[in-house]
Order: sequence, then C-alpha cells, then structure tokens
Amino acid sequence: MSKIELKVNGRLHTLDVEPDTPLLYVLRNDLDLRGPRFGCGLGQCGACKVIINGAAVFSCITPVSSAKGEVTTLEGLSQNGRLDPVQQAWIEEQAPQCGFCQNGQIITAKVLLNKNPHPTDAQIREAMNGTLCRCMSYFRVQSAIKRAVKNMAGGAPKDAREVVA
Amino acid sequence: MISSNRLPKQIEDILVMHRRGFLKSAGLLAVSFGVFGSGALERAEAQSSAAAGPHGPYRDPDYHQIDSWIVIHEDNTATFYVGTTDPGQGTGTCFRQLMSDELDIAFDKTTCIMGSTDITVDQVGSGGSSALERNSWPMRRVAAEARRVLLEMGSQRLGVPAAQLTVTDAVISVKDDPSRRVTYGELIAGKKFNVSLTGNNINRITGQAKTKSNPELKYAGQSLQRDDIPPKVDGSLKWAVDVKLPGMVHARNVKPPFACAKLTGIDESSVKGLPGFIKVVHKGNYVAVVCEREEQAIRAARQLKTTWTKPATSPFPSSEDLFSYMRAAAPVEMPPSAAESEPAPGSRPAVEGDAGLRNQGSARAASADSGIHVPPSRPPAARNPDMRAPVSGPVVVGDPDGAFSGAAKIIEAEYEIPFQGHTAFAGAHALADPSNGQMTVYTNDMKSYGMRRGIADFLGMPHDSVRVIWMMGPQGFGRSAAEDAAFEAAWIAREISRPVRMQWMREEETAWDTKGPAFLVKLRGALDGAGNLIAYDFHARSCDHNHVGYNEPDTVLIAQLMGSRRATPAAGSAAMPSDMYAIPNRKMVGEVVGLPMLWETPLRTGNLRDPNGPQPTFAAESFIDEAAAAAKADPLEFRLKMLKADAHDDSGFRRARSIAVLEAAAKAYGWESRPSPNPIRNERILTGRGIAYTFRGNTVVAEIAEVEIDRQTGHVWAKRLVCAHDCGFVVNPASLRHTIECGMLHGLSRAICEEVQFDTRNVTSRDWFSYQTLRHIDVPERIDIVLVNGDPNPERPDLPPYGAGEASLKPMLAAIGNAVYDATGIRIRRIPFRRERVLAALKTASV
Repeated sequence: MSKIELKVNGRLHTLDVEPDTPLLYVLRNDLDLRGPRFGCGLGQCGACKVIINGAAVFSCITPVSSAKGEVTTLEGLSQNGRLDPVQQAWIEEQAPQCGFCQNGQIITAKVLLNKNPHPTDAQIREAMNGTLCRCMSYFRVQSAIKRAVKNMAGGAPKDAREVVA
Repeated sequence: MISSNRLPKQIEDILVMHRRGFLKSAGLLAVSFGVFGSGALERAEAQSSAAAGPHGPYRDPDYHQIDSWIVIHEDNTATFYVGTTDPGQGTGTCFRQLMSDELDIAFDKTTCIMGSTDITVDQVGSGGSSALERNSWPMRRVAAEARRVLLEMGSQRLGVPAAQLTVTDAVISVKDDPSRRVTYGELIAGKKFNVSLTGNNINRITGQAKTKSNPELKYAGQSLQRDDIPPKVDGSLKWAVDVKLPGMVHARNVKPPFACAKLTGIDESSVKGLPGFIKVVHKGNYVAVVCEREEQAIRAARQLKTTWTKPATSPFPSSEDLFSYMRAAAPVEMPPSAAESEPAPGSRPAVEGDAGLRNQGSARAASADSGIHVPPSRPPAARNPDMRAPVSGPVVVGDPDGAFSGAAKIIEAEYEIPFQGHTAFAGAHALADPSNGQMTVYTNDMKSYGMRRGIADFLGMPHDSVRVIWMMGPQGFGRSAAEDAAFEAAWIAREISRPVRMQWMREEETAWDTKGPAFLVKLRGALDGAGNLIAYDFHARSCDHNHVGYNEPDTVLIAQLMGSRRATPAAGSAAMPSDMYAIPNRKMVGEVVGLPMLWETPLRTGNLRDPNGPQPTFAAESFIDEAAAAAKADPLEFRLKMLKADAHDDSGFRRARSIAVLEAAAKAYGWESRPSPNPIRNERILTGRGIAYTFRGNTVVAEIAEVEIDRQTGHVWAKRLVCAHDCGFVVNPASLRHTIECGMLHGLSRAICEEVQFDTRNVTSRDWFSYQTLRHIDVPERIDIVLVNGDPNPERPDLPPYGAGEASLKPMLAAIGNAVYDATGIRIRRIPFRRERVLAALKTASV
C-alpha cells in the first residue's frame, strides 16, 4: 500500500491503496461513490466512466496512480445543488430503463456537449457509440442529448430539479 | 478510509424503532419515513438498511392482512408494500398510480417498497410481463378495501353515514359540510387496520370493496414521471452493487477452463502471498477465492493455479455445426408420469402459442378461444411455475395432409436461430450476510421470493432463516431470476462466517450466463391456384434440454458444479407461433433436443425475455412472407386476407385486434401495396420494408421495419421502425411507449447482432467485441409507436391492462428479416443478419 492523493468532485482525498488499483474500485469502495459502476472491467461498455481533464475515461482500466487531474463523477455534475442540464434532460426525456448504464451515457454526453455544444445526429451517434446499453435505451438517450442541447441553448432551465440526495 | 457503513440518520431511526419491535407486526416495517417525493431513493435506502434490522426469523408477511400491504402515516402519507420488483420498465410507479387511485390519496404522498421477502408479501417478483396484467389486481383490491375501512372509521368518528362522506386526497369530509373532516392519518396512523382479506391465494385476495372503473381512475392513464429515474440520473440511488457491510469481503469465481471439466488440483501457494488474500473455497468443481478488497479478489482469481481434466467426449458441437447436430439429434422423450401430474399452483394463464403451453387447463381454454385444437401437454415442473412444457403431440387443424396433396404450389423453408445470451450489462452479483446464524441476501434478483426458498434449500436452512432484499440492478429479462451469484455468496458467507460480496466478471457472465435456446424450424406451406395459403406445417425443434428454472437449489450453476444432478432435467420447450390466421389446415409440432452433455456447461438454457417467443415467431412470420411472395401478393394484404377470411372471433377479440394493429402500423408507416421484393434494386444502398405481427399472451403487436443495406459492406441499418401495440388499458402511456421502444430495439439487436459462438468445449464469445450487441450507431432515425388500446367490446366498461414488457421484441426479428428480403430479393433464413452473412448471401445471389 502507498499514500495516493486524489481529488474527486472538488475534494482532496489521501488514500492508502496499491498504485495499480483500478480507479473504479477506489471511487466505489474507498470513496463510496455510486455513479461509476462495474460493467465489464475491459473498457468496452462505459459503465465506469468518469471525467478527467475534460475527457471521458474508463475508470475500470485506469490505475488510480495514473489519474492525474481532478476526477468528476456523476455525483459531481450537479452545481450548487442543481442538476446539470444534461441530467435534467435525462429526467425530462425519461431516458433510462434499468438505468445501470446511464452513468456512462450521461458522462459521455456531458463530455461531448462540452466539446461540441451543437452536435449533429451523426456526431451524437459516433461520440456515444462506445457506450453500451442492454435495455436498449439508445433512442431515448439520443433524444435526451438533443433536449439537453436545446435546454442549454436557452440557458439553464428555471425549473431545474433540486438534487435529491 | 471513509466509513462506508453509515446509514442516513433517518434510516437509522427506523432501524432503532424496528429493533424495539415498535409497530412491528407480521414482519411489517410499519414506520414513517417523514420525507416523500423521492420514492425510489427512499425505497432503496429502506431496503438496503434492513441489514441492521431484526435478527430473524423472517416470517412471511401475511397477505390476508391489509396491514401487510398498506401503512398510513401520521402526516397522511402512505407506503405501499408489494411483492413484485421493477427491473426498469417503471412498473413500481404504475403500482403507485393504481393504488393511489383506489385508496384516494395523492400520488405524490405515496411511496412503494418492493420485493423484500421479510417486509413485502410474496407475489413471486417480476416476470412474464405480469406486473400490471396480474400482480396489480390484488394491490388494487387491497387499496380499495383500505379505503372502504377508512370510510367506515371516518363515519364513526364524524357520526355521519359513510354514504354521506366523500374522500379527496386522503381527507374524508361530509358531502354537505366539507368543514367536517378527518384525515386518514388521524384515523389510522400508529394503529393497525386488523382487517382480514379473503382469497385462497394472493392473486385472488380481496376485501368487500369493489375496484374503481377505468373512467374513475385519476392517476392511472397519466404519463406521470417514473419515481426511480431522478436517483438513477443524479447518482444517489443505492443499487444492489452498492451495499456495504462491516467486515464484508470480496469473492470471485474460478470457472472451469472448459465445459464439464473435473477439478484435479488447487495450488494455494500460487496466491497465498497476495495482499488481502483470505481463502480459497471449493467443493466439487466449484472454486472461488476470497480477499479483503475487490481488486485483490480479481487478481487472486486470475492468479490461482488449478488443474482440470477434460471430459472424454466433447460436451457440445461447435456453433458452426450446431444446426446439423440439431437436425440429426433425437428429440427428448418425456417421462409418462409428467403428463399425468396437475398444473402447478400459481402458473399463469397461457394462451396458445404464447411461448409454449404452461398448463393443461389453460391450453384447453385457449384452444376453445382460438379455434385451434391444442392437445394436453406436460404441466410445468412443480417448483418452477413459469417453466414451459414441451408440446409432445402435434396440434392439428383440418386435414393438412389432404390439403398438401391437392395443392397448386408447395413452398418449404428451414430457419435457424442460434443461441443468444442474456449478457446482462453487469455480471451477476450479490452480497450475503450470515450474521446471527441467519442469511440476508442483497440482490437484484427479479424473483426474490423464489431465491429465498432456493437459497434456504441449497444451504439446508429453514426458509424463515433466510431473507432476500431486492434492490435495483442491471436489467431483468430472466437472467436475474436464475441468479447464480447470490447462491455462491451465501454458500461462501457461511463457509467463512463473514459477509461476502460476489461479482461475476464480464468474460464469466457472457460465457456462462443462461442462454436463450437455439431453434431449428422447418415449414411447409400449400397454396391453391388463387394464391391462398390452404395448409401449413410448422415443425420447431429447440435446443432447450435442461432449461434451468428460477433459483432452483439443484440446477443453479454452483449446485451443478458441486455435483448436484436432478434425476430428470427440465425438458424445456419448443414454442409455436401465436397468430389468428384462418389457415384451414394446420399441423404444428414442437420438439426439444439436448446437447451431448447437459450439466456444468455454459450452454445451459434459461428464460430470456419473451422466452422462446422470438425464435418461432421469426420463422413463422418470415414464412408467411414467403407465402405472400409465392402468391405475388402484398405481404400486408396477404395477412389481412387470412385474418378477414373467417368472421368468427373469440372472447378476447383476438382476430379484430390483430386486424387493428396491422392496419394501424400500415397507416403510421404509409404502407403502399406491392409484392416483395422491392423492384428497385440498382443502387449501392438497397432499401426494403418488412412487416410482422404476433400475440404475446393477450397483447398483440404489429411492426414494420424499413432497412437500408449497403451492398458493398453487407451492413443492415434499420432506418425506421413502426410498432402498433395493443395491451389493453394503459396505466402510464409514456412509460409504456419507452418500454415498447426499448423492446423493439432489443428485437433489432437479436436480429442483426447477437449470436453465441462456441467451439466444442467453450463459449468463445466472451466480451462486447466477440458477443455483439446493438450500439448507438445502429439506432433508427425514426421510431413510431401507435397505442391501439381501444376496447373492441363496447359493452365492457373496464378494459384490463395486459402485459407489455416483452411483446414488442417478439415480431421484430421477422420484420427485419422480411425487410432484408424486400430489399435484396434474398431470403436469409438465419439470424443475426450480420454484415458478413448478408454480404455472403448477396454475393451468392449475385445481387
């Protein structure tokens, strides 16, 4: 074990874990976060995604020691107690079925829209293609992304829902 | 390290009350949560927090008591306790809508707790699309009875006859003097109803009150937002994977390196020095490692050295040789004793062709309804009420042999449907806590009640020493009702006397989960000189021997690996198509074949969403299209003609409803009449449209697919999909539409992507590259869904809801196949329509 410093959602943590421990298990088991989840452990499905330096990263194949820069998880997307417009669009569109994959869907969509606030349908499909859903909520997820684009173009919706937790 | 075991104060307070036995009765968690409006979060917390709850025994809540179903709190809010689970279709919200309506309480003042065996009544859990069609009825009747009892109490309190009272939002008031009022909370909070219900099983449970008619329902019928979605979107939901207990450890399996392998040695020294290593546990051919931390267990499982011997012969043919094997194999003989036993209690009513016949009684009833003669069939296995029975004898209508001998034209075809996987988005997982000599299991098992009995029997514990707490998890679709991980976690937990979390890895889940069986379907059709389909011969053969049931202690994988052998493996089923075509002469046969080795293999079969429905429907509805093409008829008109040929209809208006969905789908699509294939086939991109229709249970669906096929790559893109869907009364239209939409895409995935591949000893498709699934890029440009849910019987005021969790998947495979034919002029009789298969077919046909 060795001391590792990790900044997650605005808070700095000092952890006593092996440096090669996948970031996912540190986030879930040491920091008790529920957003990133284990789906494949192979970087194939996206359930574990987090944002590091503006990029959507597979935390299941990222050693904790190599996570340089602040980690933002699903829990960290909300600002000042208000959901992110992407999350808000997800609720308005009622996007999930079981919802287990939606961490990856939302994180990937957030990174896409940060880089490209007005993606075409083709760009949405391309950017989202590595993020899987076995309930097949894809059509609804794509609709939610388009709704988020509209919501953000009009500024944050006034009736943004308060964070439940 | 941050403590992960602390529960929110609100929940701890509940537990303190619970431990004191305060308000405790019949295993009832009768406490007020205080905060409402975030039902799912609260529900999950309440369920997960039961960890520190009472120490057993965990007696079944008595479903004859209103108190087991409904608790009303001081603040005039209500909690509903129901015995089902919601794997992600929003049924939990639908239950709240219906029960709020019957109780006359505001929807947002209610919450619903589901599927935890010690605090909710046993309604089996979820499955078979029965949530609204069957399970919601006892909930409604109990809520209606609670309202009646509260009105009586209000009458006494206010000194006014109940007939002169009215209820709005859980406030009873005098009709002529609304200032005289009393709330439900004032009448009952802190007390019990103590009212017994009648009915000899949970589905018949009732009080004296009548349920409301559809026009009286206020919340049911509205597209209320699902209560589970906000916590799923903001990260606050506590899933089954999130439960943590003091002292818990992590386990990972070490699977045999090939099917039917025998363990000959374990070299523990290969892992003993690893950090966090606790123990290797094993029995028979079952092996697992236990470590303090999750990543340590993963590493140890990979590093443990084990030796195994191969079986003398191959346990199965390779996926390439599967269909020739199935063609040559002898069908499974059914034991004569099985045909004589009675249907299992609780087996759900089945109709002809609904993924097999579930019991004799309903098969007979269905045959009377559909006009098709259905022979007695084997009833389901006693412990497995949803298990399909294979059809032993042929279903015969008219004189098929005679009709074939006089036909103007005979067409023949053979369809191949490979094994397809559940491949749940995350591997099987569970946490088992052996504290106090009891066993508490946290799981996403959709049938938590059966799991509780299964685990108790597997461990040899009394049933009331075990409780299963259902929490949300990755999808349902049948895999999470044959939940291996929970049995493994419970067994290891008892071995090492610590709470154990088990999680299957991706490769393990994709290779070793239960599979939807492969089908081989031979069809013959006879056309007369006018192009009418006058005879039809359907012969299905499924590779479904040893179809594992729901959480059975002797068929779950750990039991198999430990050497358990049931004397007679489940025979599985080969289902029949479910249509209302007036084909005057029919013969339909279903047979099951087995693989050379049935036990300890990754090709064990199980119930996969709409079990054994999509396979025969793909064959049957593709073949109807072949008949239409042979008659040079438009495929829609060909179907409608067969539906309109016979004026007779059954009590469920199945014929009229078939016509209605086909016409609605055609209208929504803008269907233009012409025979297939599409005469325009010159461009690089070939375009085609296909239609298919089927019943699933009482729900009827017609779907149209429009595809584009790239002739250079073979890639099939479903550009547009249309569904016309009739599932009776609609409780939540938005949730229904989303469920239909996702079901359609699941059908598309099975049509163009999914195929289990294996050599003669192992499943070789083991991750998301080798086992393909639908992706964002495959999604149609446009999806239209038409809810055709009018009641065809104007005399009946109360159209009931029918199941909708699976139906829209069922005809999609054939709709895609028919569209591929329309586009290319080539009938590809094997799914999935992957690009290499399509390209090869195009080349062979020089298209």
